[in-house]
Amino acid sequence: MRIGCPHCGHRDVREFTYLGDANATRPDPNAADALQRFVEYVYVRANPAGPHREFWYHKSGCQSWLVVTRDTRTHEVLSVAYPAEEPTK
Amino acid sequence: MRYSGFSLAWNALRGHSRWPTVWRDANPSPRYDVIIVGGGGHGLATAFYLAKNHGIRNIAVVEKSWIGSGNAGRNTTIIRSNYLLPGNIPFYEWSMKLWEQLEAELNYNTMVSQRGVLNVFHSDAQRDVFARRGNAMRLHGVDAELLSRDQVRKLAPYLELDDVRFPIHGGLLQARGGTARHDAVVWGFARAADRLGVDIIQNCEVVGFLTSAGNVVGVETTRGTIRADKVALSVAGSSSRVGEMAGLRLPIESHVMQAFVSEGVKPIVDHVVTFGAGHFYVSQSDKGGLVFGGDLDGYNSYAQRGNLFAVEDICECGMALMPVIGRLRILRGWAGLVDMSMDGSPIIDRTPIAGLYLNAAWNYGGFKATPAAGWCFAHLIARDESHPVAAAYRLDRFATGHLIDERGAGAQPNLQ
Repeated sequence: MRIGCPHCGHRDVREFTYLGDANATRPDPNAADALQRFVEYVYVRANPAGPHREFWYHKSGCQSWLVVTRDTRTHEVLSVAYPAEEPTK
Repeated sequence: MRYSGFSLAWNALRGHSRWPTVWRDANPSPRYDVIIVGGGGHGLATAFYLAKNHGIRNIAVVEKSWIGSGNAGRNTTIIRSNYLLPGNIPFYEWSMKLWEQLEAELNYNTMVSQRGVLNVFHSDAQRDVFARRGNAMRLHGVDAELLSRDQVRKLAPYLELDDVRFPIHGGLLQARGGTARHDAVVWGFARAADRLGVDIIQNCEVVGFLTSAGNVVGVETTRGTIRADKVALSVAGSSSRVGEMAGLRLPIESHVMQAFVSEGVKPIVDHVVTFGAGHFYVSQSDKGGLVFGGDLDGYNSYAQRGNLFAVEDICECGMALMPVIGRLRILRGWAGLVDMSMDGSPIIDRTPIAGLYLNAAWNYGGFKATPAAGWCFAHLIARDESHPVAAAYRLDRFATGHLIDERGAGAQPNLQ
């Protein structure tokens, strides 16, 4: 598996470390149901079989955090972007 | 037919041409008391114990492929109960006790081999950790023995005991641990369940759930609609996928874990041995192949195949532990999908949806749990309450804070 880093080009997956699902957004701690939302945020995952937006860190390269969309059924990388430059979902 | 010395001799006289079929390939009936989704070891064990312990005989096990074709056929066949935490030890020890009598229970040779599980350690600090684990086990009545370097040398002289980076200081031995034949476990439970009237329905994939007033009352399958009072999921690896059809969102990520078998060699590895300075474990099959594995690849996957960096890491760990394998060739490698839960421990519980029960999140360790998971899941389905040894495996423990985090890695499935 190779990931096309926008800064470094296509690199072997062992240069990267994995964090996981990039769809979770940190809840507002002041919300009335903050506790329930934090449980969801920390523990619950959509875990789809198909395209998955996920965080990878290019530790042995440019040390950027990347949002990779990858098909979990085939490991095909569909797109790679810097989190800040990603089109809003 | 009951297997015995007599039945063997009688069939030998008839040229082994008239052995009866081991289980019926059933067609689905319109309605059952219980439907178990997933014909792996866990699902079949659940059906068997439901029928035997709780007298519920009107059961279907539906399997999308053939039985034992998922993780039951992709593990490394190790059985052990060397856990540390109170929520885990009684459960895995109950499983070990069931393994010890499984062949008599099933009238089937599951080839349970209590050859011993040896975890080696490489530093004084690690000795303390292993001693603590051994003490926790002994306090729960599980066998554990802390071995010195010389005792390890005697048991496993092929290990690299005097390695400069990872010298072996000793080991923790669970002598009752060992291996069992994974396919025979599936077939044994299938045959025993079938003899109690359970329908095993293969090539029957669940594609949806039937609901009535918010309760699950059956499943839609590729072979038609089947109704049931209770539906039980036993589909570790795909729990999120199947659960999603019923509207469940689970604290699980699916990951890929690889394992390998080498070409056959003469007996050398007498035990199950694990490396303490990395993740590597090895045993030798009766055919002579070294069966070994290690870490997850470490990213979400449903692909049932892994990447080469994990192969390299596992082989490097193997070479550090026992350089004697350096010239061995790998015969086969494969990968299984594992439900990685957020604390690395399983779930056997009711779901928020009435009529739907969940046995999931087996992480690395589903095979060794097969008999006890079936026993406890059957108890839960029949009585609507958790079995005492599985009471900690609740679905809501992530919300209540009662996590069972053996590894201490937090909510990071790829690190568990």
